[in-house]
Amino acid sequence: MEKILYAIAVLGILGAAFGAILAVASKIFAVEVDERLPLLKDALPGANCGGCGFAGCQAYAQAVLDGKAAIGACAAGGTEAAKKMSGIMGVEAAEFERKVAMVKCRGQHHSSKGIYKGIQDCRSAMLITANGPSACPTGCLGFGTCVSVCKFEAIHLENGVARVDPDKCTGCMQCVDVCPRKVIVPVTYDADIIIACSNQERGAYTRLYCNVGCVGCHLCERQCEQDAIHVIRNLATIDYTKCVSCGRCAAVCPRHLISDSNLRTDMDAAPI
Amino acid sequence: MNIFLSLFSISLSAILAENFILVKFLGICPFMGVSKKTDTALGMGIAVTFVMAIASAATWAVNEFLLLPYALEYMQTVVFILVIAALVQFVEMFLQKAMPALYQSLGIYLPLITTNCAVLGVALLNIQNNYSFIESVVYGFTGGIGFTVAILLFSSVRERLEDCDCPKAFRGFPIALLAAGLLALAFMGFSGFKVV
Repeated sequence: MEKILYAIAVLGILGAAFGAILAVASKIFAVEVDERLPLLKDALPGANCGGCGFAGCQAYAQAVLDGKAAIGACAAGGTEAAKKMSGIMGVEAAEFERKVAMVKCRGQHHSSKGIYKGIQDCRSAMLITANGPSACPTGCLGFGTCVSVCKFEAIHLENGVARVDPDKCTGCMQCVDVCPRKVIVPVTYDADIIIACSNQERGAYTRLYCNVGCVGCHLCERQCEQDAIHVIRNLATIDYTKCVSCGRCAAVCPRHLISDSNLRTDMDAAPI
Repeated sequence: MNIFLSLFSISLSAILAENFILVKFLGICPFMGVSKKTDTALGMGIAVTFVMAIASAATWAVNEFLLLPYALEYMQTVVFILVIAALVQFVEMFLQKAMPALYQSLGIYLPLITTNCAVLGVALLNIQNNYSFIESVVYGFTGGIGFTVAILLFSSVRERLEDCDCPKAFRGFPIALLAAGLLALAFMGFSGFKVV
């Protein structure tokens, strides 16, 4: 009988003591949390994609609260999140320019240096075969490393080349960071003219391994009345601040790598 | 000199020969659950090491000064769970206030450890082995190191497995379990290496 009483007493006292200590500790060590923090966090998508440059949605909300980050850095939440957050913080909503990722390659039309049978990952392929197995030094390798990092299922492989669905893309740019060849770049969602090549080799050399790569022929440059498109280092490059989306460059491109408006869907229709 | 030798032998056996995960099979849950990435595995390992060392000290004191005098050894399991849970809660609060950086890095792992059987196991094993206070703390700490070593090794194996072209039926968890078994076999090799 005594034993049972001891057991009850010891355990009861221990439990009560720990309860008391924790209660006191929660007062002493209470960390004041701004009541706006959970609200801000709720306004964010919660995907923790890291596109804003912070560790996750919580970290970004904290940074906004501390005034260390601007509202509108969340690409995944877009305008909606920016508006909500502005409301919580009591400031005017900032203009939000939506950016999406775009693969600057039409892929698969370039020959390869050899047959790569290693790990099906662009980064591994780049390490094992000097600068990648494809003959084009800048083209999409098509092993889908970007597909695996995309948390929004916005990238898919089509005929061995990565393709971004601009409507699903939230602009977190994880794919841009992971691509070892830097073929994926951020572009404005509203951009009409798209140049789908990153090759900077000379035209004569490019022709050897790619049917659709930019050969730097300057035809687009000559057609442009706005001085918006230029061939820089053998590659047509566009300045969106000058471009008026007339589509002349797209019409004249002999390699069909420039496309007018929603090229990302129309490109398949273009003859190769 | 003698005490150093015994501490050394305790450490060595806790890390290698009697590794908590791979030889004693304690704490398998986080071992399978939190081993997908090396950096999270490392975070978990550090948190476990930390809690095991503190829990060893606390449970040794509770056993020595509360349970033994009243002949309540049979209550060890219940009391230790209580002690460890309260301790982890307390440490978490303390860290949040005093060391936010460490709190951030340990983050979600601390509460997860509360009911980890490696932590409870180290508390009970300390009593079983009749360890002194210092020996208990050393055993807890090095046991945690052993845990970290095992989970780190396993997570790097798993990271490689991700990229492997293994049969479809084995992909994911099955191949991870096989790898864990092989790792445990390898660690069994240390059992012949006892320094006592």
